[in-house]
Amino acid sequence: MTPEALQQVAKAEKDAIARQPQRIGVCTAAGCLSCKSGEVLKNLQTALERRPDIPYRAAGVGCMGLCAHGPLVSVEPDGLLYQDVKPNDVPALVESLATKPLAEKRCDTTAPFFIRQTKVVLDKFDVIQPERLESYLAAGGYTALMDCVTRRTPAEILDEVKRSGLRGRGGGGYPTGLKWETVAKANGARKYVICNADEGDPGAFMDRSVLECAPHRVLEGMAIAGLAIGATAGYIYVRAEYPLAIARLKLAIRQAEKFGLIGDHICGSAFSFKVEIRLGAGAFVCGEETALIASIEGRRGQPRPRPPYPAERGLWGFPTLINNVETFANISAIITRSADWFASMGTATSKGTKVFALAGRIQNTGLIEVPMGISLREIIYDMGGGAPGGHSVKAVQTGGPSGGCIPADQFDLSVDYESLKKLGSIMGSGGMIVMDETSSMVDVARFFMEFCKSESCGKCVPCRVGTTQLHHLLEQVRERRASRADLARIESLCDMVRTTSLCGLGQTAPNPLLSTLKFFRHEYEELLVDNHAEAPR
Amino acid sequence: MNATPAMPAVAGDEKRWRLVEAVMRRCGFRGDALIETLHAVQETYGYIDETSMRRVAAALNLPLSKVYGVATFYHFFHLKPQGRHTCVVCLGTACYIKGADAILQRLRERFGIAAGETTPDKHLSVMTARCVGSCGLAPAVVLDQQTLGHVGPEDVVHHIEELPS
Repeated sequence: MTPEALQQVAKAEKDAIARQPQRIGVCTAAGCLSCKSGEVLKNLQTALERRPDIPYRAAGVGCMGLCAHGPLVSVEPDGLLYQDVKPNDVPALVESLATKPLAEKRCDTTAPFFIRQTKVVLDKFDVIQPERLESYLAAGGYTALMDCVTRRTPAEILDEVKRSGLRGRGGGGYPTGLKWETVAKANGARKYVICNADEGDPGAFMDRSVLECAPHRVLEGMAIAGLAIGATAGYIYVRAEYPLAIARLKLAIRQAEKFGLIGDHICGSAFSFKVEIRLGAGAFVCGEETALIASIEGRRGQPRPRPPYPAERGLWGFPTLINNVETFANISAIITRSADWFASMGTATSKGTKVFALAGRIQNTGLIEVPMGISLREIIYDMGGGAPGGHSVKAVQTGGPSGGCIPADQFDLSVDYESLKKLGSIMGSGGMIVMDETSSMVDVARFFMEFCKSESCGKCVPCRVGTTQLHHLLEQVRERRASRADLARIESLCDMVRTTSLCGLGQTAPNPLLSTLKFFRHEYEELLVDNHAEAPR
Repeated sequence: MNATPAMPAVAGDEKRWRLVEAVMRRCGFRGDALIETLHAVQETYGYIDETSMRRVAAALNLPLSKVYGVATFYHFFHLKPQGRHTCVVCLGTACYIKGADAILQRLRERFGIAAGETTPDKHLSVMTARCVGSCGLAPAVVLDQQTLGHVGPEDVVHHIEELPS
């Protein structure tokens, strides 16, 4: 389709919304669906059909963030949000549309959880219907791609992304524009774009939500990247554990192909870009670029030494750009709203916003998007509501198995790549697991070491043997069978694994252990057999 | 691999095998379609046995050792048949902090099987996942592809007991 024809589709959809402004949105992301939001939606639609006097129409929309109180239901144009809506609440809810709002189900949208957010990646999730491309078009979707295809040169796109200051959202924080430029400059008969949707960090579900709620936003970002670097094919490597995300991605690709937004001659131009899905199969190490490439090539997901980096020699030996889901989801906004707008958010070195998944011992579990530079205190206490049941927050774990635990007395820390690193953690992909005083930090360290031990691909010895030994030693500590000498052994082993492992998995595996040792050393020492002795034997 | 031949999951089952073949054909029978193909085998038969691996190896022109190497590398692939019902207990960080191990322990007490095992009558398999991405609903289990959130050990037992046999 030509850009004009697509604009017509968008306009028709917008007109339909204007004619029918009374809309009920039911969250149909995986979290709410497992609390029966699908049934809520069906009941609503049936009930509304029987009540022609009530002008509202119900549709499934994306994630509204507060997963703790799902299913969430929004009522427009009244601006109401209802929480914990069960299928049998539907009659009362329908009745309320003709009378007055249901007070007992109201969710306070003026709470800090909602008003402190700045939405770029999660923008309009509450109105976009994930399974309809028209809905994404009406929300301004694909205008960035059309703009790039018809009016901008690859160099201009690269410049825009570079000036935005966007950094990789998968964890590493490598400047996205620089990565794109390297692949654009690399020599290769073919080039590839890969979207890393193998969200392996336990405790992180941002990418899942983006794929489920706005798959087109990711496709659009990938196509723009393809245009900028000169690639004609892209792969989305998505974990098999996310069946809904896979189904919606497949549907989105088919729709985009039908509308001429993916495939040959995008928007009638000379630019062609195909996208295929590749399923992960449950290997955390495949989050590492070279292991991910091996997996797409149908091999065991084992990393190889870098350089050469995938930007020079990647998929099947050709220059390859790998970015994470959230990174791609930022691209369309940067193009339509400008690099300067994007760079006006955040800190000097960490620009824009970041999506975090709040989970663990915290009141308001769910998804939030906040400007970089916000303090952990604001996230955990103001937005998250602190720990439930009168407990006190002890620490927050960021960055999954590669990150660390940050104690509550450091919560004034600004959330940006550098500050988190300074404390021995990392930004990571955005999982934040809150722990209260009932959590043992030794046990948390053991949990992550068990994870790394089991997920180590076995290729290099320091990681394969080191994580096994560290896990064994941590078991000893937990069972009160370790001595001071063992603790010293743990520390030197950590150093060895960190400095000599082949890939990121091994190099960062000691992080949870080291950070808990740094901030909660007394918890380890209390468990030592010679705790009260003056010095080790 | 086991010296005794595995139960031929595909014997006399050419119809279902065609689903697997369709996936290989779509990928042009290229070697890099291996993981996609193994997904198709597991989806069709519930697990990946030796017979299937041999057929995949032949069709994609790969050594059997490579097929076996890939099938055993990825945690998502099962080499043994699963029960009629599967209960996946999420062991992600959020679920762990909120007591996922208590669920596993209760399942062991009630059904006599640990993670990775199947009851002798093939009724139930208990498995674990690294994270199912339902951290907002922790602790979570996935019972027959359906995610159940905010569940205690007794809730899970109750849900399983209600399953048809």
